[in-house]
Amino acid sequence: MSDTSDIVAPRKPTFAGLRLTRTAIFAGSVLLFWLVLALFGPWIAPHGEAEIISGQTFAPIGEGGLLGTDKLGRDVLSRLIYGVRTTLLLALVTTVISFAIGVTLGFAAAILKGWFDIVVSRIVEAFMAFPSTLLALVVIGAFGTSITVLVLTVGLVLSTSVFRVSRALGYDIGVMDFVEAARARGEGTWWILTREILPNSTAPLIAEFGLRFTFSILFLSGLSFLGLGVQEPAADWGLMVQENVGGLFLGSSAALIPAACIASLTVSMNLLVDWFQQRQQGETVLEKIDQ
Amino acid sequence: MPEPQEIHTPAITKITPFWLQWLFVEYRPSNEAVPSLGRRNRVLRIIATRLAQGLLTLLLASAIIFAATEILPGDVAEAILGQSRTEEALATLREEMGLNRSAIVRYFDWLGGMVQGDLGTSLATKRPVADMIVSRMWNTLRLALLAAAISVPLSLALGLWSAMRAGGRVDKTLAMTTLAIIAVPEFFVGLILMKIFAVELRWLSATANTRPYYDFWENFRALALPVATLSFAVVAHMMRMTRSSVINIFTSPYMEMAALKGLPKRRLVLRHALPNALSPILTVIALNLSYMVSGVIIVETVFGVPGLTRLLVDGVSLRDIPLIQACAMIFGSVYILLNLLADILSIMANPRLRYPK
Repeated sequence: MSDTSDIVAPRKPTFAGLRLTRTAIFAGSVLLFWLVLALFGPWIAPHGEAEIISGQTFAPIGEGGLLGTDKLGRDVLSRLIYGVRTTLLLALVTTVISFAIGVTLGFAAAILKGWFDIVVSRIVEAFMAFPSTLLALVVIGAFGTSITVLVLTVGLVLSTSVFRVSRALGYDIGVMDFVEAARARGEGTWWILTREILPNSTAPLIAEFGLRFTFSILFLSGLSFLGLGVQEPAADWGLMVQENVGGLFLGSSAALIPAACIASLTVSMNLLVDWFQQRQQGETVLEKIDQ
Repeated sequence: MPEPQEIHTPAITKITPFWLQWLFVEYRPSNEAVPSLGRRNRVLRIIATRLAQGLLTLLLASAIIFAATEILPGDVAEAILGQSRTEEALATLREEMGLNRSAIVRYFDWLGGMVQGDLGTSLATKRPVADMIVSRMWNTLRLALLAAAISVPLSLALGLWSAMRAGGRVDKTLAMTTLAIIAVPEFFVGLILMKIFAVELRWLSATANTRPYYDFWENFRALALPVATLSFAVVAHMMRMTRSSVINIFTSPYMEMAALKGLPKRRLVLRHALPNALSPILTVIALNLSYMVSGVIIVETVFGVPGLTRLLVDGVSLRDIPLIQACAMIFGSVYILLNLLADILSIMANPRLRYPK
């Protein structure tokens, strides 16, 4: 069908021109490692999620479990392995929610324009004029701490940024020649959205997904660290840090290990997004002007 | 992670009264539509508009806070009486607290109280919220002020340095470092610093409790770690933003022209670049100071600072609604005010922003 038009979409395949660098391989393997642990954790973990294995609390590394024990004498390694599942799953669900809301409203605003756009944009701006952590705290204070409230709140808070990105993308692509051409040959709004705008915004949206995913890991683990996120006895990395801070003065690293794990996750995710974006824009004009 | 700044706005109608412009005009001061007035009047008018926008945002924020804490399964009376409530007791308490009135009436009642400094009574301690806040305020304020005093000059210097050497080794090292710091949770930075300086070396104190009789060094030992932790994240953000705004100016055509004229570098930087860099830099500072509002929540918990955010977090876990509302309003106001300040400062520093494009 598009052969009839002499204006061709400037799209190249999303993953074209991506060459693996050492950084990307490193970051990717760290993520893969955690992903495998998340999928097969219960079969790998030497002990149960909340199983007390030793009378000795805050046992140092090597004694008790492989990575020592926590404040109740539970195995740090096992909780760490169970925790990666909670941490990744919650972050994934949150990010998906924020994308479902943000992308839908964002593209709708960019295509429908008019009053819908103005009203939604103003509401989003009012939300953004307020620190997101504070907003989440208020909602959690009102509704109490439950996983559902947590995931919905953080998802909603993150969706403001997704909305902005997808609205800007929708506007930018919506005025391009190939979209005009599609409109001129009488394609409907839905066709234009799914066949012209969406395929051309995959790469920026993937990058945004990576960034939001990192951010939601940080956000959720921050809330868990404050004691307002995931609740015991479930294992979550942010929660593990909060539980075991006291052990720091007894020479235990039970709080530092999960904190370092969160850091490894978010840093690798960021490196991967950074690599993806650089490769993506490698052939665009922007990069050339910069040089 | 730079957020995309530009957002498309619908065409601005020039006949809109300024108090309605909030609905139409972009919040950032880039496209401003003001009918031609004298120069002084124009600036005042824009600042008045901006203030009105800020006030409206604040009003909207208060509505959001109120709605979020009011649309509940159950109400405050149920929360107070807990499980052992009887229908009569519930009805009496509701009557006493005025919960029978409609939500709109209660909202304006609450808002009126806020404006007059009546922040309500805490459910958990039965003390006036205002008293609780005042006794904690200084701890938080001191932390933020010290962190600002350190991070602003430091990040401006670092940002300028890496902009001057863009693409060089310094720039790349700083870029990697900031990428890592931004990606890492704040409590991780705090815990690492605590482990090194408080637990292993025992140079500094891990808890930020200060006493009135402390001398300078004791205060320093207590506050060094929380201030450093708070500064880390802010410096990382502020440095990147400074860098990009300086680079933006240095690569602009008029700077190239000035360089081609053969002006000495000193004059180039001080007379040509600096006045134009001032506006974005002021914006960067105010934006990052408002970022501290969320950073300080984690830092106070890590180091056990008895500050405002601890109060808020405790309020959230006890579901002490009046306390949450008051704290959220305070932090929200500070945040909105700082953003407003960034806008007004940049309008005053950059004459171009006073005119429509």
